[in-house]
Parts: sequence; structure tokens; C-alpha cells
Amino acid sequence: MAEAVAESALPTRSPGTPARPRRRRANWVPYALLAPGLLWLIVFFVAPMVTTLSTSLQQGNVDDGYVLTGNVAVYWEALQAYWPQLLRSLVYAGIATLLSLALGYPLAYFIASRKGRAKNFLLVLVIAPFFTSFLIRTMAWQSILSGEGGLLEKLLGWLHLGFLFDWFGNVLEFLHLSPNGQILGSPWAVVWGLTYNFLPFMILPLYTSLDRLDGRLLEAAGDLYATPRETFRYVTWPLSLPGVVSGTLLTFIPAAGDYINSRLLGNTNTVMIGQVIDSQFLRVLDYPLAAALSFILLILILGMVTAYVRKAGTEELV
Amino acid sequence: MAAVTTTEDLRLVGISKEFETFTAVHPMDLTVPGGSFFALLGPSGCGKTTTLRMVAGLEAPTSGSILIGDKDITGSKAYQRNVNTVFQSYALFPHMSVLDNVAFGLKRKGDRNAMAKAVEALDLVQLGPVAKKKPSQLSGGMQQRVALARAVVNRPDVLLLDEPLGALDLKLRRQMQIELKRIQSEVGLTFIHVTHDQEEAMTMADTIAVMNAGRVEQLGDPATLYERPASTFVANFLGQSNLIEASVTGPPSGGVVPARAHGQDVVVSAELLPAGLKDIWIGVRPEKLRLGGGGRNKMAGLVTDASFTGVATQYLVRMPWGFEVMVVQQNDGSARACVGENVTVSWDPGQEFVLDQNQAEDAGVVVDHG
Amino acid sequence: MSWIRRHLLTVAAMATLTILLVPNLVVAIYSFNKPDGRFNYELKRFSLDAWLHPCGTPGICDSLGLSLRIGLTASVVATFLGTMIAFALGRHRFRGRATTNLLIFMPMATPEVVMGSSLLALFLNIGLSTGKLAILIAHIMFCLSFVVVAVKARVASLDPRLEEAAADLGSRPVSTFVRVTLPLVAPGIAAGALLAFSLSFDDYIITNFNASPNSVTFPMYVWGASQRGTPVQINVIGTVMFLVSVAFVLGAQLVAARRAKRA
Repeated sequence: MAEAVAESALPTRSPGTPARPRRRRANWVPYALLAPGLLWLIVFFVAPMVTTLSTSLQQGNVDDGYVLTGNVAVYWEALQAYWPQLLRSLVYAGIATLLSLALGYPLAYFIASRKGRAKNFLLVLVIAPFFTSFLIRTMAWQSILSGEGGLLEKLLGWLHLGFLFDWFGNVLEFLHLSPNGQILGSPWAVVWGLTYNFLPFMILPLYTSLDRLDGRLLEAAGDLYATPRETFRYVTWPLSLPGVVSGTLLTFIPAAGDYINSRLLGNTNTVMIGQVIDSQFLRVLDYPLAAALSFILLILILGMVTAYVRKAGTEELV
Repeated sequence: MAAVTTTEDLRLVGISKEFETFTAVHPMDLTVPGGSFFALLGPSGCGKTTTLRMVAGLEAPTSGSILIGDKDITGSKAYQRNVNTVFQSYALFPHMSVLDNVAFGLKRKGDRNAMAKAVEALDLVQLGPVAKKKPSQLSGGMQQRVALARAVVNRPDVLLLDEPLGALDLKLRRQMQIELKRIQSEVGLTFIHVTHDQEEAMTMADTIAVMNAGRVEQLGDPATLYERPASTFVANFLGQSNLIEASVTGPPSGGVVPARAHGQDVVVSAELLPAGLKDIWIGVRPEKLRLGGGGRNKMAGLVTDASFTGVATQYLVRMPWGFEVMVVQQNDGSARACVGENVTVSWDPGQEFVLDQNQAEDAGVVVDHG
Repeated sequence: MSWIRRHLLTVAAMATLTILLVPNLVVAIYSFNKPDGRFNYELKRFSLDAWLHPCGTPGICDSLGLSLRIGLTASVVATFLGTMIAFALGRHRFRGRATTNLLIFMPMATPEVVMGSSLLALFLNIGLSTGKLAILIAHIMFCLSFVVVAVKARVASLDPRLEEAAADLGSRPVSTFVRVTLPLVAPGIAAGALLAFSLSFDDYIITNFNASPNSVTFPMYVWGASQRGTPVQINVIGTVMFLVSVAFVLGAQLVAARRAKRA
């Protein structure tokens, strides 16, 4: 079953996905199958998006109600006020995605090269952390990274490597990445949290595409004078690209909108755009501004995703 | 053609391969002459593919060494060896065009003319027009030729073919056999062809090593293997054999040795009888047996089956002791026998081969001809 | 060189696996802690208190129960709807295929905060109050796409000749579907359901937008605790959920393997 979960994380790439359409079945069958699910998505996904768009163009306040005025200026205001958080979100998510790729690829490759039970067991270990609430796990990182009695500091101290902890903190301080030389509360802790949280989303599609890789192709490359490095570069990597594309998307998209990591592991200088939207919506109650920010984030991400997918040449994503 | 002189012998010296649970290849010596078309023939699991993979560098031998000319390549990696393989599954890179596939090896070696040579190699296998296509857009036979071009283009010291025609249908396979032979003589490289198809091996190879259970049973040219098999395994694996139990009854006289087979007196060519052997199998190929008493050794029997195959008629004749011999008679106008007819089967001494009776009668019997 | 490289891979893989599992280990260790203050940050004394009284903090087990109920309902509904869509996409040719694919893909490409806030905007506009129903609706919505992808992969890899063979052997369409198609697609459906449950059970952001004070899910409870003080019971429940999920998946695999052996 773990394999099937992994399988599910990878979009099917083949252009001819519809497996032999059948003509003898009545034509209304597919629509009957689609109707309930698509209706659900239209009512509870598309309609909210339209509502958000409309909300963003309204003016007014909570007490007197809102009127649709077509106030496009709110987008400009939102951008002007919150571009640092927006940019920060994209940068953090980008770094976290690259880190996830670097960390996830070896593990995915390793799992794909195992056999039978070992493979299944490793896959279970990758998926299982999902079931412990990610909030609890992120809080665990708090206690690991904390500078005051944190587990990492204690472990390093016990290994007589305590200087590493201080040294890293000093580097962060020197680079103005952490005001007090602490890892917890610095941008790095936030990026680390994002990397950790979305790592399984990276590993599973990578695993699926590496698992499908025909080992004989690697042998053929070796037979044709490719060194292991060249075999990776010209055969393994290109053939795992579908996994890389879906893995990076499944990591980048949620990471860009996330604010839990920034709240739990960061400080006031690591505020991400999700946090702004959340507080504008739920606390400040400036619905138009929050809606405008939501929409800007969505458009930005969709634009980046589209450009990325075009470049990677993956035709059908689902 | 000039390449023939520069090609060096491949030598396997005491090479063996043990896996955790079994021995795939027992220590063996084998020399493949440079420029020859060499076949490793045997049933599946006989160790032929393991041997091939050791030569390719995809499997490390447990003992022994592999030499090309005087150069020991035992310890070198697959990518360091000037040896290329045509894989059974072709293993074409699906993300590269046909041309890029063929140029792959040359590019890794840093050849500046990789592309030009690849185009040339594609022309050799008559696939120039599809150079820009992806492998998946080609038919099985075309993919096979791409795999061949991809290996040949590197001018390896040894070219390994791992059941390369296994996935093709019969007609295409025949066509490709001729094509392979043509290409081999054109480029003059050493070809080692692994196959379980005895007919294929005999049609194509100069020399065949018949392997069984991790050992080379016999090495020789196709005619020798067929006419003078050294074991019942080889006798049965290459073509059909009628094995008749017999024991030598006297000393040789006049070039023949008297023997008794199931109560009947026969003679065996003295030079074919290994010295000191008493209990023997007399092996006679079906086409060497004749219906009628024309030969010196005669036996009576009952025709139980006759099947007309066009060129010949194939009979099963039951001997008095119950054994059915197969007789293949050319349709050359001679009289035909019918099922239920009593006939005499005969052959002349010198047409047979003689084997030790200690060997299993049914070793190497192929149930299904691939 | 190759030896080093092969082991370099193993080392890198194990390092990543460690990173993935270290927080779970920490959670487990802290579940035996008896902290001084309200926050379970520093290891003080070993204690089994939390394990003996997992519901010992007000609200924690209610929230867990609510999360399990929502997770189960959402995954069942999403699996049902999603499987139908997957079959339509994998088995039929119809107009509007591209639009359908886009509609399935969009929720996966939309950050949770956008989905959550948009749903809230919709609910505010049509006057539906937030709470359990709103949460359930939201969860079904964002789980749906993942189920479709999971099941579709399986449907697409299904050999249509098997169904043809069943029909050839005299099986009617309905019985072919029940006896041949469904068992073959079952692993995909199970994976989709499992994925849907875990996504729903673990969701905080979307839930937070659509929750009301009397619909506190487990992640919301944990979030609240992280602000006010973290009871050790949180660690107990987290650890139990981890162990149960590992046991559940391994158990399911064991059963499947045994069945395969018997067949």
C-alpha cells in the first residue's frame, strides 16, 4: 500500500493516458461519474475563488457591510505594503524546495534500489510521520534547535562539539541572518522547518520515477563508457525528471503559502505572506485586502508553476 | 576488412562465478579468436549470460581473469572496457533520439566525430531515415538494429550479443541473422553471441561453445558439434538424436568394432569408439537412418507415425524393445512407408557417434524448440 | 571509488531518514517527561503520567475524536467521489477532459491559506456558519484531487485486456467490475483513502479558517496549546498515532503478502 501512496504522488506523464476508450458504453457514463465530484469542486473551490476575487474589489467595513466598487487599487496597496513578505515567502519556499530535493533524492534513490520488504518498510517510515500532527513535529524542532537547553546544543555539547553550535550561530549573526546568533528564531530555522515538513512530498514522487527506471538502462550506459557520474547525468537524472517536477511542485506550493513554520520557528522578521493573509482575514478583518493578497499569491504561484512546467516539458500534470 | 588483423583474442582464464546460493559458472578456460563469430549456446540457467556479463564487466568473476590480447581487464569497470553489449531488451535510452542513442558511447569516449560516425552506423543498419525519432516510435526489429548500431559504432574489441533476436518473430529473426552475419563480416569485430537457439547458433557462428550447468560441454565448429557430439547433452541439445544402448563384443577388425544392441549384432566405426569404452550409446541422427536395408547395420521395426514436412518425411519407428527411433527421409522419390507397416531401418558404420553409456540418455533434450 | 560512492549514497539516505524521524523520536522522548512549567520544552523527570492518563487534559480527547470523525468521513466521501472521477478520466473519452484535469489540478496548486480564506469568504457571503460542517466540506474538497491522482495512476496501469478476458468468459459488466476491475484498482483506492485521511487529520490552516469555538480539531488544539502551554498528552497522542499508522500499514502489507502467497 505504501507503494501505491508513492505512486499516487507522481502525475502520469504519458500523453496517451486515456487507456483505450470504449465506445460501446453510453456517452453519458463519464459525465455521470464526473458530476458529483466536479460539482463539489465547482461549488467549494471555484466559487470561493470567484468570491475572493469579488471580495477583493469591494469596499466597506464589517459593521456596515461591503459594496462591490471595482476597487483595483487595493491590489497595488497590498503589493506596496506586503511585497517583502511575499518575496520572502517565495525565496524561503524556493530554498526549502532545493534543500528538499538535495536531501530527498539520495533517499528516494536508495529506497528505489532496495527490494521487497526493506523497500516497503522504508516507504512506511517516510509516510508515517504524516500521522503525528505536523504541528507537534514542528514543535519538536523547537526543542531541538533551541539555544537554551535545546537538544541539539546538548547533544553537541555531550560530543564535545559544542563549538559547532556557537560557530554556526556566529556565522548567522555575521550574515545578519539571526540577530542574536540563535538558530531558533532565524530565517534558517524557518527554511529548515519548511524543508522538513514537505520532504515526504518530494521523496514520494522522486521514488516513484526512480523506481520505474529500468536498471538495464544504467547497465547499458556503463557498457557504453559512461562513468557512474555520466550515467547519472545523462540517464538517471533525465529519466527522473517527471518525479523532480512533481516533487518540487508539491513542495514549493504548500511551502510558499505556509506560515506555521514561520510562526513556530521564526521571529517577527520572518513573517511570510500566509501569516499576513491569516491575520488580515481573521484578526484585522480587512477582507478586501486579505482577498487581494490571496489572489496575488495564487496568481504568482500559478504563473511560476506554468512557466516551470512548460520548461520541464511535462504535458499533463494530473 | 582491414580491422580483422587488429582484432585480438579474448581469453577467459579459470573464470568462475558464484552467487550466494549457487554456482553460475564453474572455473573454465575459453579462448575466443579475434574477429570470429563465437556463440555461447545452452539452455536457460546454464551460465552463458553470466559469462557474457563478466566479459562486459557487469558482473565481477569470483575467480579467474579476463584478457583481451595481453591486457588483463578483470578488474576494470564496464565503462573502462572496450567491450560493448547488445542487450536482450535492447535497453535503448527512451529519452534520447535514435541518433543520440547511437552517438552516446562515442561522446563518452570524447570522440569529436561522434555524430558523423553515428550517422554512418545508422546507415550500416539501414536506419538513416529514422535517426531523429525516439526508440519507442520504432518497431521491435528496428529497435534491435539501433541497439546493434549503438554497440558496433564504438568498434569494440569484443561485441557481446545477449539473445539479441529473442524478442523478434521467426521471419524477422531469420532476416536479422543474415544481417548480423553480414555486419560482422563487414566490420570484422569479434562477436560473442549468447543464445539458447541451436539453429541460430549453428547458422551464424564460426565456433560454438555449448554450455550446461555452468560448464562448457563442448567447443567446436557447428559441423563437428553436430556430427561428433562429445556428450549426450550436446547430442540432444543440437538437433535430434537416436541413442541406442549397446556393448562392445569383440576387438576391432577391418576398421569396425562388433557390438550388440538389444540382441542384434551391429558394427561401430573403430575410429569413433573412444578407447577402452565397452558400454556405449550408439547415436545416429534421424537423417542418417534409412528406411530399407541399404545400410550395413539393420534393425526391424514398426512405423507408428509419419509426418510429411515438404522437403522430407519424418517417421517414428518402434523398435522391438519399445524405443521409437526417428527417421527423416528426403522426399527424393524413394518409396514412402505408411503407419502400421513393418520396415527395416539401417545405417552404415561411420555415420554414427559413440558416447559413454554412463551419460543420461535424456540430457539436453529440448522439449520446445524456440 | 565505486565502493565509496555506493556507501556515500547510503550515508546520505540514512541522514535524510534520520531528519525525517528525529522529531518523532523527540516527541516520543518528551512524552515521558514531567516538565516544571506549562511548556514541555526541557527534560526534567521521567514520568508515565501522560501515558496513564492520555485524556488527562481537558479537551484533548474530544478534539482527537472530532479529528478522527472528520478524517474518516472526509476520506470516505472524497474517496468515493474521487474514484468515480478517476474512472471517468482513466476509462472514457469525453469532451471537457482538459478542463476536468485543470479543475483537479488547481486545488493541489493552490496554497492552503488561499483555499481556506476563500472558502471562509464564500461562507461569509452565503451566510453559512463556520464549524464542523464547514470543516468537513473543506476537507473533502482538498482531499478529492489527491484521491483522483492516486486512483487514476492505478486505473491507467490496468490492463484492459483483463476486463475483455472477463467479458469473453461470460462475465456481465457489473460482475466484471466487482470481481476483476475493483480488486485490481483496490490498492490505489486504499492509498487514496489513506492519503485523504492523513491530509484531513493533519490539516490546520484550512481548518482554522472554517472552525468555530465548538469545533476544535486535534491540530487546532495543539496549536492552541503551543500558545498557552503544551500538555505532555499531546506527545503521547502523537506517538501513538505514529506507531498505529506504521503498524496499520505494515499489517496491511503482511496480509496482502500472505494472500499473495496463498494464491
